[in-house]
Parts: sequence; C-alpha cells; structure tokens
Amino acid sequence: MTAPNHNWRNFKNVFMQMLTFACAILVVTPLLLVFYHLIKEGFSSINLAFFTQLPKPVGETGGGMGNAIVGTFILLAQAAVIGVPVGVLGGVFLSEYGGTKLNWWIRFAADILNGVPSITWGIVVYALMVVPMHGFSALAGGVVLGMMMIPLVMRTTEEVLQLVPGGYREAALALGISKWKTILQIVIRTALKGIVTGVLLALARVAGETAPLLFTALGNRFWAHNLTEPIAAMPLQIFAYAISPYDDWHRQAWAGALVLLLLVLAINIGVRFLTRDRFRQKI
Amino acid sequence: MKTAGGQFGDRAFKWLTLLMALAIFALIALIGYELFRGSHLALQKFGWHFLVTSNWDPVNDVYGALPFIFGTLVSAAIALVIAVPISIATAVYLTELAPLRIRQPLIMFIELLAAVPSVILGLWGIFVMVPWLRDHFFPLLQKYLGFLPFFKGPIYGVSMMAGGIIVAIMIIPIITSVSREILRSVPGLQREAAYALGATRWEVTRIAVLSYAKKGLFGAVILGLGRALGETMAVTMVIGNTPQIVKSLFAPGYTLASVIANEFNEATGDLYPSALFEIGLVLLGVTVLVNIFAQLLLKTFSGPSVKPQN
Repeated sequence: MTAPNHNWRNFKNVFMQMLTFACAILVVTPLLLVFYHLIKEGFSSINLAFFTQLPKPVGETGGGMGNAIVGTFILLAQAAVIGVPVGVLGGVFLSEYGGTKLNWWIRFAADILNGVPSITWGIVVYALMVVPMHGFSALAGGVVLGMMMIPLVMRTTEEVLQLVPGGYREAALALGISKWKTILQIVIRTALKGIVTGVLLALARVAGETAPLLFTALGNRFWAHNLTEPIAAMPLQIFAYAISPYDDWHRQAWAGALVLLLLVLAINIGVRFLTRDRFRQKI
Repeated sequence: MKTAGGQFGDRAFKWLTLLMALAIFALIALIGYELFRGSHLALQKFGWHFLVTSNWDPVNDVYGALPFIFGTLVSAAIALVIAVPISIATAVYLTELAPLRIRQPLIMFIELLAAVPSVILGLWGIFVMVPWLRDHFFPLLQKYLGFLPFFKGPIYGVSMMAGGIIVAIMIIPIITSVSREILRSVPGLQREAAYALGATRWEVTRIAVLSYAKKGLFGAVILGLGRALGETMAVTMVIGNTPQIVKSLFAPGYTLASVIANEFNEATGDLYPSALFEIGLVLLGVTVLVNIFAQLLLKTFSGPSVKPQN
C-alpha cells in the first residue's frame, strides 16, 4: 500500500539531496576559481629570476621576490623555535599530567586564543617588541608567528598523544622506567608522526598570515642581513603589490600568490599522505 | 625502584610541561595588558563615547569607532546569511546524503579551501570577484531587488557586500567542518529509529539528525561569526575602506580590523595610535566573547569529543 503523499515525500527527498549537493559544489567552486586564476595570471611570471632576484623598481619589468621567499622561511624557522617546544610540551602536559579541571581551562583558553584575530596579535607584538627595540624587525615577525602557533600545536599534540594506547605507558612504567622517560621515549616517539603533522599544519597556517606581520616584520625591498632589520615576507609582498596601481606589480602579486598557495597546499596535502591511515579511520 | 635521579627528572619534566601549558594564560594576559596599555590615552579621553560616535578625524585628533563597528557587524551579518545555509547544507550532504565514494574528495577540497591564505583570497577578490560583482551580479541584484534600500545607490564594486561575500568564502569551510563533526556525533540509533518508522533519507536527516544537533550547529555558526568579525586582509582589500554608515550594501565600508591594518603604521602623535589600540581592544573583546559562547555551546553539546577546527 502506498500512502497518498508518498510521491511528494519521495520528491522532497530527491530534491533535498540535489539541493545539498549543489551547495557542496558551490563551496568548492571558489577554491577551483582561485586556483584557475592564479595559474592563468601568475604562471607566466614564474621563472628563475622570480626565485632569486630582488624586486625591480616601478617601471622596470622582471625581477622577483627572492628576498620575500627567503624571508618567509626565516620567519617560519623563528616561529618554529618558539611555537614547537612550547606547544608540544604544553600538549604533553594536557595529555599526560594535570587534573581534569585545570586541563579543561587550559584547553578552553587555547581554543579562545585560536580565535583571537590575527591583526590583534600584530599590534600586541608591536607594543611588546617593536616599540622597546625602536624599530621593526624580523625577530618581532618571528615572535608573533610563533605565539600564534602555540595554541594550534598544543591542541594537536594533545590529541595525537591521547591516541597512544595506555598499555604502552603501563608496560614502560612496569619495567621501572621513570615517567618522563616513558613519555619522551615511548609516548612521544609513538605519536611522532602525528606531532610532526600538527606542527607542519600550524606552519602552513602562519606562513600565509599577513596582518600580524604588517607592524612587526614590516617588509623590506632588499635582503635582510640580520634579524633586527625589517624583513620581507611573501604575504606582505603580495599585499603590497596587489593594492599598488602598477600592472607589473600585479603580475608579480599573482606569481607570488601562486607560489605561496602551492607551498601551503603542498604541506596540507603532504601531511594527508603522511597520516593516511589515521585519517581514513576517522571518516 | 625509582632512583633519586629519576624522581628529580620526573618532577622537573612535569614542571616544565606545566609551565609551557600555562603559557596559554600568559599569552591571553599579555594580549589584554598590551591592548589596555596602548589604548590608555584614548580610553581616558573618549571613554564609552568612542563606541557611539562616528567622527574619525585624525587631523583634528577626534576619534569615534561607530562606522567601523557598523562595518564589521554588517559584513559579518552578510557573511553569515550567505555562509550558514550553504555550510550546513554541505555538512548534511557530506554526512547524511552523499554517496560514500565522493565524500572523501569533497572533504579534502573543503579543508584545502580553509587553508588558502587570506591575502590570496583578497588578491583574487580585487581582480576577479569585485569586477564580476560590479559588472554582472550587482546590476542583476539591483534590477530585481532594487526596491529594497539595501540594494539602492551607485555600484562601485568595492563595497560592504563584496566584503561580506569574501568573508563568507572564508568562514564556509570552518562552519562546514565543525558542523560535520557535530552531525557525525549524532548517535546512529537516532537515525535507525527514524528509518524504522519508514522515513525517507531526508526525513531522517530533518527529524532525527538536525533537530538533535541543533545546539551544536548553533555553536558552529557562532564560531564562524567569531572568525568573520576578526577577518582582516581579504576584507581590507575589497570593502573600499570608507568610514561611513549608509543603508546601501553597494557602498564602500570599513571594518575594525581593516582600519588597524591600513592606518596603524601611518598613525603619528599619541592619541591616534592609542585610538587604534582601543579599536583593537574592542575587536578583541567582541571576538573573545563570541568565541567563549561558541566554545561553551560546542563543549556542552557533546563533551570533549568534538574539537573545533581551525
């Protein structure tokens, strides 16, 4: 027997499936469009000079953003020096030590910290470092990115450490190995892949940050020779070129954006292969 | 038996990790302290009037943040209106309706979209999206919905609407992934019960899944709102950067985050940077409150198993 509204219900079912499918397509469209335009506008400007040379002054074609590419990696290295130890060890505390209540508050605070707008970080580190040091510096840029990494790394580290079976810890403790050695040599080593994944994703995230660098690293038309000088970074350079009125610079902005996006996406896709099994389980 | 050395190592290591974990609180205190210190002058001079006056005049050293608050709220509202239905529908599709084979690639695309740096979306926004909106989409909108005050007036391209749309693109992946986690945590029994009553797939989703997950989905939306309010670069590049309060969404606007990004390095004197610090303080206050609300909703919905995506 068929209820009188059976067809209507079936129609609604199919209709909603198609509607939600259309929404899913709509969501991925911008990514495809951005990628398409980056390749179309940026690919032709990518050559050896782009990676090795300094920007040319207005009116001269050619040149590159070698200094910004190097600058981004220098900033990331500094960020990692600050963000990785603090984040990983903090994550160890959340997973291995501490009481339920304290850890709830730390987790909660870390999630709130993740939501702090990046521009706010910029002016905070400006007040913290640029003012006392009387100038913009690569150091300040590294510090701001490092601080932003801390809550990200802490949360992912905690998450992967908790995936390590409790039996591993108990077995080590039963052999008389002290707790801290158990953590360092058994727990962290077992979860190392996951920790590295978290760190890489955090680096990919801060690599594209522009707003916090505006008032810290500032940007530089030339090679920076030490960490107390302003330094160029790809996002800063892309921003400066994008809002400039010159066609040559727009082309450079597209090329820079393509390189930066490829870097960020390469990390994101790379870690997916690194942790394939874990991700497949989660689906 | 533990040796004395092992005990010392144990204790030292525990304290070290505790110290690192507590860095989170130190960072929050640092942000609050520096913003209060920086905005000290402006707080003293303007007090609460800062929030409700709309005169932003660096030449005469008079500052009111209302146009920026207005711009931030309006662009975030536009973003939510666009992003919420699309994100939740996508999350529903990915967890309930999609064939298993295409779920994984779609999820990967959405996660990659979340990873696109703001400045790159802004670049695309300036050179591709804004011209398209100006020449095609906005005229169409004006033709059919022009009787509404929001869609009246001249079309420049860079506008509150363009800012809202770019923010929508940025928060869609976040709302979608968090909503997906929420929907995935709905117990299978809920669905099976509805199936057993003869419900269609969509009816199962509506009756058993969506109504169960309401609170969590609301949390996902609020989390997206928090991101929308603080979004800086992409918005700065397409919103037009004009401090004004007008009805038309086709007119340029300005947001709290954008005014800091644009004017901070040029701010001279004492009061001007201080006013920008106060804007930072307002922005921090609003986003922190919104985020606390979102986290509480998400944490009480399903315990610690749902981790908000970043």
